[in-house]
Amino acid sequence: MIRFVDVHKSYRVDGHDIPALKPFSLEVVDGEVFGIIGLSGAGKSTLIRLINLLERPSGGSIFVNDTEMTALAEPALRAQRRRIGMIFQHFNLLASQTVADNVAFPMRLAGERNAVTLRKRVDELLARVGLTDHADKYPSQLSGGQKQRVGIARALANRPSILLCDEATSALDPQTTASVLELLAEINRELKLTIVLITHEMDVVRRVCDRVAVLDAGEIVERGSVIDVFLHPQHATTKRFVNEALPEEAIGEEAAFARVPGRILRLSFRGDATWTPALGRVARETGIDFNLLAGRIDRIKDMPYGQLTLAMQGERVDAAMLALREAGIEIEELRR
Amino acid sequence: MSHAPILQTLFPNIDDWGEIGHACIDTLLMLGGSLLLTVLLGLPLGVLLYLTGNGQLRPMPKLYAITSLLVNILRSVPFIILMIVLMPVTYFLVGTKLGIRGAIPPLVIGAAPFFARLVETALREVEHGVIEASQAMGASLWQIVRHVLLPEARGGLLAGVTVTAIALVGYTAMGGAVGSGGLGDLAYRYGYLSYKSDYMLVTVALLIVLVQLLQMLGDRIVAHYGRR
Repeated sequence: MIRFVDVHKSYRVDGHDIPALKPFSLEVVDGEVFGIIGLSGAGKSTLIRLINLLERPSGGSIFVNDTEMTALAEPALRAQRRRIGMIFQHFNLLASQTVADNVAFPMRLAGERNAVTLRKRVDELLARVGLTDHADKYPSQLSGGQKQRVGIARALANRPSILLCDEATSALDPQTTASVLELLAEINRELKLTIVLITHEMDVVRRVCDRVAVLDAGEIVERGSVIDVFLHPQHATTKRFVNEALPEEAIGEEAAFARVPGRILRLSFRGDATWTPALGRVARETGIDFNLLAGRIDRIKDMPYGQLTLAMQGERVDAAMLALREAGIEIEELRR
Repeated sequence: MSHAPILQTLFPNIDDWGEIGHACIDTLLMLGGSLLLTVLLGLPLGVLLYLTGNGQLRPMPKLYAITSLLVNILRSVPFIILMIVLMPVTYFLVGTKLGIRGAIPPLVIGAAPFFARLVETALREVEHGVIEASQAMGASLWQIVRHVLLPEARGGLLAGVTVTAIALVGYTAMGGAVGSGGLGDLAYRYGYLSYKSDYMLVTVALLIVLVQLLQMLGDRIVAHYGRR
């Protein structure tokens, strides 16, 4: 578990305190994938570095697995850091070492000297990230995706309970991003590893995160389960991120609204409700008419969801809405 | 012996080629000894400069300013002056001001600050991200220096050793003027003071060959060990 209690951070520049993160509290529970999304300069990279104290907070306390990180002296802090893996946007591998030596590096730092033990663990880790054949190559001989896989293997070497991902897919092409995210999701599932990731892409959050916090100018403006935030974004910044992930949705919606009569509703289906033919059934039972304006069906992490915008006409629209709600469908009324 | 007459025609004043051979060996000994000590002294000094610099791993502005000033002073004094000024120190350290032994202390004191700057520059080339990653892995300062900074900067450091070795060839030649022996001594005594220009020609040619060999050797080592 990671816990921030009244943490804030400012940088001193030319005698002035420039706030980077306004006071906040936050909890990341064991085994979840927690996303922090924000534009560049929002403070997300500072926030993730507070966890392993690469950045020291200006005030407040940070707990990792009930250890107060902010109270630790240097040697104890180093010992704690060994149990927190971290991967980076630019991979940060040792260019002078082979893939195998890069992966063995954190174990050597922790004092492991036995060549057989090291080799065995390195083989295990490289097999997990699918790089068994590349053990003796140098990082410069690898592609971006392969480098990040080495980064992941290295981060897992000391069997951490937490993995921090600092824009881990931002330097990768979409296809490679998808495969690295798939690997992270797999690690989270199989090793029960808690993952904290920062990103500026809502799509990354949608694919792997359980919960998300939206950071805007040093402030957490919204947080919650990804599906809630995704289906019902509240803050303007969040809405912008969500729309970015779904560009087609926003296009021409207003224009379409003007041309149709009736009440305009947005229905959100999640989980099993996505696959139930509730809309047709309710329409038959209540005799309403509907006209589809926009819609999509997708997946948030492992959960399917759907969202339909439609215009509804008829005498029993209220009854239809009630019936739909009873079927587990969320309704937002965009126009009465 | 068959080509001796040709040599005699070309270099009429050189009657003892053994002396030149001897001077070569002296120069190589001075170079080897001083290069070794320069690296041993300059490397930690360079690491200190790097670590205590502004925004680095252990910023200590005052210590950095003092070390930096000292390095700059030693680098700005012309080597020939440094050699003369350091004579009492040299005598205290090695018991003589002359010969190979007498040459080594000033050579090292002259070259170590130069090499230290090259070390500092080479270390600054190491990507910050790699250092941050090792901090995140729980590396101590010593582990970062030993296992991250030095290996990652290996190419730059070896190039620095090459440049320093070549600078030392120049210094040893200058040392000849104040009695340190070697090729510079020959060039100065016979070539300059006695107007035997053939001596000058041969010694300078040998120095050029030496510098050329060092550069080639250095480039090869950098290409082999400085791989990225």
